[in-house]
Amino acid sequence: MRERLLPGLRRVMCVCGMLAALLATSLVPQRAWATEAPSAAQDPAIEARMMLLAAELRCLVCQNQTIADSHSGLADDLRRQIREMLAKGQTDDQIRDYMTQRYGDFVLYKPPFNASTALLWIGPALLMAGALGTLFVVLRRRQRLGDHAFDPDMPGDDDPR
Amino acid sequence: MKRFLLPLGLFLVLAAFLAVGLRLDPREVPSPLIGKPAPAFHATALGRPEATIKRDDLLGKVWVLNVWASWCGACRDEHPVLVGFAKKGLAPIYGLNYKDQRAEASSWLQQFGNPYTDSLFDPDGRIGIDYGVYGVPETFVIDRAGVIRYKHIGPITPELLRDKLEPLLRKLNA
Repeated sequence: MRERLLPGLRRVMCVCGMLAALLATSLVPQRAWATEAPSAAQDPAIEARMMLLAAELRCLVCQNQTIADSHSGLADDLRRQIREMLAKGQTDDQIRDYMTQRYGDFVLYKPPFNASTALLWIGPALLMAGALGTLFVVLRRRQRLGDHAFDPDMPGDDDPR
Repeated sequence: MKRFLLPLGLFLVLAAFLAVGLRLDPREVPSPLIGKPAPAFHATALGRPEATIKRDDLLGKVWVLNVWASWCGACRDEHPVLVGFAKKGLAPIYGLNYKDQRAEASSWLQQFGNPYTDSLFDPDGRIGIDYGVYGVPETFVIDRAGVIRYKHIGPITPELLRDKLEPLLRKLNA
């Protein structure tokens, strides 16, 4: 059985590898294109900092894209705004504040921890704790059950049907 | 029987969350500007490039700021409602002509009617950024002290006028 499975598995892995390579090559030019926003600044250092900042800000028009990735007019304007603020020597925090004053915490892909975002931040840990707690209780309960509660193991149980 | 209660309860909770989620509009982002002073601006008037309009010119009266553009389809849908609202004279409406061309915007107003006391010309969208504009049309209500009291994103409907805007303007004008 195992011998017959292996070539098939190998073929699947090969296809997966090809897909990954294809995906990688298709992503590379796209990213390069995305950073080539119109009216790119002359100063590469400012441009790099601008793209870093823009990548953590949400585009309000197409909400699942960052300002760095979006081609909407507003994202263009906001990139220009960030560039100008950086050229004036403003810090990253000043620019983040500037954006949240206008668009709220919603523009930040990393929202600050406060009352309205507490569930967002703690939620995953709570779910994990709940799941582990349930698992623990279930395992403890099964441990205490006698052998009669389980079907006996049969030879051949693990074979694929 | 009892063993079904837990999954049933979980299902009901999940269904309740999903039902609430369906009613939420993810495009409605609460504006941090409500209750804050309206950002200052210094713009030329759309029809008169030589005239400037400043925020401080409008202090002392309750006014409505409506963000619009000739390229914006939803603005056309909203426009007759605005024209009708302007006729009631509850408050002056100032337009913020957002990322538009003077000639196109002016002929658009000529064609569909002009409900605006004046329109601020904002060709590169900088005033728009200060007001957190991201989906034209948008409408703000600004009180006598220059504080933003209300913001609506998307076209104004007759229902919204009747239920929200007009009562608010009456209260602020009282």
